[in-house]
Amino acid sequence: MLRSTDEIIADLKAGKCSTFTGGVHPPDEKSLSNTTDIQTLPLPDKIVLPLRQHIGTEGNVCVAEGDYVKKGQALTKSTHPFAVPVHASTSGTVVQIGPHVVAHPSGLSEACIVIEADGQDEWTTLTPLAHFRSLPQQTVVEAICDAGISGMGGAGFPTHIKTGNSKTIDFLIINGVECEPYITSDDRLMQEHAWQIRQGIDVLHHLISPKAVVIAIEDNKPDAIKAMQIACQDKPEYLVVAVETKYPAGGEKQLIQMLTQREVPRHGLPADIGILMFNVGTCFAVASAIYEGKPLIERVVTVTGRAVRQPGNYWARLGTPVGHLLVHADYQVKKQPTPQVVMGGPMMGFTLSSMAVPIVKISNCLLVPAKGEVNFSEQERACIRCGACADACPASLLPQQLFWHAKAKELDKAQSYNLFDCIECGACAYVCPSEIPLVHYYRQAKAEIRLEKEEKSRAEKAKERFEARNARLIREKQEREERHQKAKEAREAALATKQQSAPAADSSPAKDKVAAALARAKAKKAAQVHSNQSTAPDNDADKKAQVAAAIARAKAKKEAAQASDSQENSADDERKAKVAAAVARAKAKKEAAQANDSQENSADDERKAKVAAAVARAKAKKEAAQLNEDSVDAEPDTHSQKIKPSTDTSSVQVHNAESLSAEKANGHAPANVDKEKRKRIAAAVAKAKAKQAAKRNNSEAE
Amino acid sequence: MKLTLSSSPHQRVKRNTSQVMRLVILAMIPGVIAQVLFFGYGVLIQATIAVITAVVTEATFMQLRGKNSKFALNDFSAILTALLLAVSLPPLLPWWMTVIGTFFAIAVVKQLYGGLGFNLFNPAMAGYVMLLISFPAAMTMWLPPFSLTSIQPDFIDSLTIIMTGFTDSGYSTDQLRLAVDGATMATPLDSVKTALAQNYTYPEALNQPIFSNALAQSAGAGWAWVSLAYLAGGLFLVKANVINWHIPTAMLLSAAVFSFILFIANSDAFASPLFHLLNGSLIFGAFFIATDPVTASTTDKGRLVFGALIGMWVIIIRTFGGYPDAVAFGVIIMNMAVPLIDYYTRPRTYGHTAKNARKQ
Repeated sequence: MLRSTDEIIADLKAGKCSTFTGGVHPPDEKSLSNTTDIQTLPLPDKIVLPLRQHIGTEGNVCVAEGDYVKKGQALTKSTHPFAVPVHASTSGTVVQIGPHVVAHPSGLSEACIVIEADGQDEWTTLTPLAHFRSLPQQTVVEAICDAGISGMGGAGFPTHIKTGNSKTIDFLIINGVECEPYITSDDRLMQEHAWQIRQGIDVLHHLISPKAVVIAIEDNKPDAIKAMQIACQDKPEYLVVAVETKYPAGGEKQLIQMLTQREVPRHGLPADIGILMFNVGTCFAVASAIYEGKPLIERVVTVTGRAVRQPGNYWARLGTPVGHLLVHADYQVKKQPTPQVVMGGPMMGFTLSSMAVPIVKISNCLLVPAKGEVNFSEQERACIRCGACADACPASLLPQQLFWHAKAKELDKAQSYNLFDCIECGACAYVCPSEIPLVHYYRQAKAEIRLEKEEKSRAEKAKERFEARNARLIREKQEREERHQKAKEAREAALATKQQSAPAADSSPAKDKVAAALARAKAKKAAQVHSNQSTAPDNDADKKAQVAAAIARAKAKKEAAQASDSQENSADDERKAKVAAAVARAKAKKEAAQANDSQENSADDERKAKVAAAVARAKAKKEAAQLNEDSVDAEPDTHSQKIKPSTDTSSVQVHNAESLSAEKANGHAPANVDKEKRKRIAAAVAKAKAKQAAKRNNSEAE
Repeated sequence: MKLTLSSSPHQRVKRNTSQVMRLVILAMIPGVIAQVLFFGYGVLIQATIAVITAVVTEATFMQLRGKNSKFALNDFSAILTALLLAVSLPPLLPWWMTVIGTFFAIAVVKQLYGGLGFNLFNPAMAGYVMLLISFPAAMTMWLPPFSLTSIQPDFIDSLTIIMTGFTDSGYSTDQLRLAVDGATMATPLDSVKTALAQNYTYPEALNQPIFSNALAQSAGAGWAWVSLAYLAGGLFLVKANVINWHIPTAMLLSAAVFSFILFIANSDAFASPLFHLLNGSLIFGAFFIATDPVTASTTDKGRLVFGALIGMWVIIIRTFGGYPDAVAFGVIIMNMAVPLIDYYTRPRTYGHTAKNARKQ
């Protein structure tokens, strides 16, 4: 299917090359700017360097505002493979790191480093690698990356990624086609710096070791072809090929098709068919980086159009504001009723919203047309389906169908007509007799599709999250029900055992729970009894009793909860214990608050309350301490530790409880004894409390 | 300073829709001149009537649709439609038929479908077919070329006959069609068709006066010249890149091939390819009608299929159908098939395999 590499090389040597479908022949207008040498510009006062000037991610800023930087010093750093650093293009002070309008059709701002030039233009120390052939490849690739080199033809793809490619490469294609009208920066660069470009090719050749190097130049640049031929005459494997002048011959896919008749598969890369392509400007930058150690800090920019008096090419430092360049090219802005600055060529360039936009690595041209120089579409007419767009399309798409579907927002249909194979070269819109801005429609449709996809993936994620949550809730509910079920069974079992009055072998959680429930019942009864006793005499006493009963209830509940939880592992236990401690602390606090409330009543009350609060605090502390102990020596069989002493206001009871809990912790106390004890304790507590309250009431009454 | 913003590309080819339309009108001039020379001024009068009707109709409908009527008229598409219809009509057709046909073409076929670019059928041909079906007698009343007629109507005669049905001196169209020998003259296609239907052989059918004094033995007098004049105009359009070569080539080639097959099979019962090519409106249709961008196929392969099938239909209908000529029918039939043709003739996109060219 593919022609063999040798066949292709033979054809190219014979000067034969194919063509691509479609294409247009706009007036090239190159003679405006390609007759004069590349000029240097005076240093601008301010340099604005966007952090991201290529396809990929931006590096991390490694300077701060106020820092002094030297020319060529790296300002960003990153280990991300798709990040290339940005370098200071002159020496000076970093005055600002923040958003600034950048070279993007949107006219939006991006993070930039602003350097105020000190006029010294002092280089940082440079480390050339002229002996690159004896160095490991990795070192050379890293040096290319560190020099901040990304494709200078327009796309800005990081160069080191291409050079680090591991596939077998048949052809290394050097793109000097420059098919866009008006632009002559590559043309002039080839004419004036052919040798350096050749050096760059040497470096790339060394890294990639292709079967052949093809330097493709459009046949409307005879001087550049001659210069490159002379520069490469000692290397027979470097073929300088003149290709047909047809837009967009310089497009990567189109040039590959012209030279090799191979097609880059959809979703594929040129490397997949054994081809790598670099722009001549990139080769020049590689040569500077390797032979001189200079990072990419300047490039050739064509300033052209009939609105400038001195169109030509300029060495522009990256970060130079567009306005600075235009001033030096003598831009007749006053004469323009509708001033317009296009960055890039007339076919694919975009209009700038501000003169403050800085030159970046991919800015090859500034086109400032005079009035009437470029044809604006005044009003879009109806498509007459003439098909001129399809004849012009280099990707063999049907632009007209894409247009109908894009306009009707039938995005899926637009995609089925391979919308995303559109390279936005603008050939279709160029030929359209109805002056329909076709590319604009495609861009919009593409953006909408991307947005839709993003939203879809977001919605899917949300759905996943929602479903996961639902599943979790259901699971939790089931677990809870299971737990309740188990507790219920255990209770019933315990009841059954009790009825049979059979001695249980050991302290099971179920038993604990039963004990707790019994205690609860007791406490309730006691409280009830107490309240019955102290009905009329005093309300206060009644209240106290109720409080006590409530405390007892709460405690009993807690115990029950702990008991039910005690089946779970020790880590869980620990958490539960902590919660319990927190509950106890909260209770203590509440009691203290209650005590405060009752302060107004009498001094006696106050004292009582204080005592109660102190007790509660003590209790809480003790519980916490116990918990710590528990968590420290958490044994596999820790479920019994969970049983908290049913402590209360009297220290005796506390002791009792402590000893009880100790017993329980050992886990060898007979269950019924345990139960008995606890019952008794609970009853005693309730009783004691009731008594105490009654006594106090009495003393108060006295 | 405020900079003007616009979307790329910032450069455009200078030829717009209105220029395309005007170029087509320009290319019609040789054919129209030939028609005037051989068939009188009637065609110019018809053209005037049709253009006026078309402009008024287009403006009215654009106004009714709330659009800028001046902007729409600027594109010359309505005028071109009117002219294409006018040159297809018999030169002395009553004026009101021309008005009806043009109104139908612009109002119904074009505007009701959404205006320029949205019409499914070729407006001029749809208008022609409507007239042909509604007024079959009047629509086939072609004058013989001047070289064969006894009375040659001048401009005033033509005008009055179109407007009133009679010349100043009281002749009707029927009387004007009488040849020197007093026989009614039909078009070459009609003559041969009738003769063949009457069981004459094809060579015998060519012995009629309409084929005397002509370019070639099978070319009708005058008619062949008109066809050749339109061929010149059509070639100019191809050269000027206004139309693609695909449709005319495919259409003429396919008509030639199909008629040749029939002719080879039985050269007595079927006409020769040259006869089919030079008579009737095949050449005019191939370059000016079938290439109407709006209603033709838009892919290169599709254009070949579209053209070839029109050529086939023309031969089939001319040979076996009820009408002497069939370009209008062929075009209308194939107009309906365009969406299908376009769908199945999508070119393979760069980087795609042939398989997923259609399906994706």
